[in-house]
Amino acid sequence: MKRRTFIKNTAASATLLSMGGVALSCVHQNAKKITILHTNDVHSHIDPFGPNDGRNANKGGVARRATLIQKLRQENPNTLLLDAGDIFQGTPYFNYYGGELEFKLMSMLDYDAATIGNHDFDNGIEGLYAQLPNAKFDFISANYDFKNTIMDTHVEPYKIFNKSGVKIGVFGLGVELEGLVSRDAFKETKYLDPIEIAQDMSRILKTEEQCDLIICLSHLGYEYKYPDKVCDRSLARATKDIDLIIGGHTHTFLDEPTIETNAVGKHVLVNQVGCYGLYLGKVDFYLEPDTKYFSSRALRV
Amino acid sequence: MTLKSVKFLVLIFVFFSCHQAQTKQKAKSQRLTVDQNLDTDSKIDTFLKPYRERIEASMNEVLCFSVDEHKKTEGELNTAVGNLMADAVFELCAPVLKKRHDIDLDMVLLNHGGIRAPLPKGPIQMKTAFNIMPFENKVVVAQMKGSILLKLVNYLTKAKRAHPISGMELAITRNGTIKTLRIQGKEIESNRIYFVATNDYLYKGGDRMDFFQKSETVFDIDYKIRNVLIDYFTTKDTLNPKRDQRFVYTN
Repeated sequence: MKRRTFIKNTAASATLLSMGGVALSCVHQNAKKITILHTNDVHSHIDPFGPNDGRNANKGGVARRATLIQKLRQENPNTLLLDAGDIFQGTPYFNYYGGELEFKLMSMLDYDAATIGNHDFDNGIEGLYAQLPNAKFDFISANYDFKNTIMDTHVEPYKIFNKSGVKIGVFGLGVELEGLVSRDAFKETKYLDPIEIAQDMSRILKTEEQCDLIICLSHLGYEYKYPDKVCDRSLARATKDIDLIIGGHTHTFLDEPTIETNAVGKHVLVNQVGCYGLYLGKVDFYLEPDTKYFSSRALRV
Repeated sequence: MTLKSVKFLVLIFVFFSCHQAQTKQKAKSQRLTVDQNLDTDSKIDTFLKPYRERIEASMNEVLCFSVDEHKKTEGELNTAVGNLMADAVFELCAPVLKKRHDIDLDMVLLNHGGIRAPLPKGPIQMKTAFNIMPFENKVVVAQMKGSILLKLVNYLTKAKRAHPISGMELAITRNGTIKTLRIQGKEIESNRIYFVATNDYLYKGGDRMDFFQKSETVFDIDYKIRNVLIDYFTTKDTLNPKRDQRFVYTN
């Protein structure tokens, strides 16, 4: 099991929130607020942790997350709810029901899209395919080529959402499966270079689709000891036009998004909220003709 | 309203200017802790109830009984609970290997760290198997030469940990000198081929068991360690595992 890593302290988070608050006060009256809610690596943690579960005690639980999401959607109807993969595996719910419950619950919570994590292949690609009818949300992955698999035509590289006239392009990226997942499980799924794909995606979403906001939903991992291994931070630096990378895989607990500088000197937010549904990530974007602000917070469930 | 040319310039300005101005307010804004204050959504909870009850009932199902409690800390180089796990893997996987590949299993090696809970006294439930083995690791069988098997033995004599084994007898001095070494009751021949069952985590080099990567080939028998335990518990009425002489210190 991976140990959790707390990257930034709470004081830093408070600072960012304050800045968010100031940004808010500076924003023009008719600015549009887009709220991005996100989870990652929930790993079948449907029930809350019990009182004796150490540092996770009494946290998490999908029925509480539902209440929180409803409240936030009431506050701002211009909200997207996204998941960065590894929905499956971690509790007997998965062993007994094969992911049926995870997808049904995410549908009840009205998730807009999810990308595919390595553990989502744990019952083989057929096991993932078999559960698709239970998902009323879309799966997006731009760098898994499913052409020669049963998943062909069931996964889109990206999806565009329109919220009160704001076009939000979301594309998905997955981690290299070789070495993480047995070949028997992922079959003929081809892993394509995430940086090249992200460059293509951001060009398509920015130039062709004219999106106002571009979000990458990634299961690549926050960062690694080995500098050559692609991660969300290196992806942010090597690309342009991406506003937010929502990550997963490394179970990284970020109090606040990391701010990276992209290939053309602009800022990119990289966020991840640990694992097991303990937190819900929230990033607010404020858009008006010439500017874009954000504020972000991680909500403990 | 055109939203096309969004720029971060203003944002950056706000960042730096506000950083100075707002630090005094940092106590005001925190991560929102909602666990105590958030209601459980009744629609979700009602939907979940039958699934939860079904799993709880299944988890509480009694598969067999154990005469005593056995912790993995009870024993220097072998423990009753570790012996049970390794013997269970041997007993249930050897026939699968024989049937599918016409191969005779020689031994089992698991890792001490992989025993995640004690074997309790009294009723052994389905959840006991989930507690002892919460992970999804599966049994794999490495085909290796005797010379590589000796590296495995060398690892055990150096590690001096109660890594569960079955099919092998090993007695070492406290200095790590080998006094007894037998596999299936016989001495190791460096040119013979041996078949060692382990889990996929160790096979990939987990716990620094690098020797597995020097195997000639590996057989995946598609059997999770946890399912081995469940099947083993199901086939037994009473469990009474013992610490024994399979891996011990000697003079």
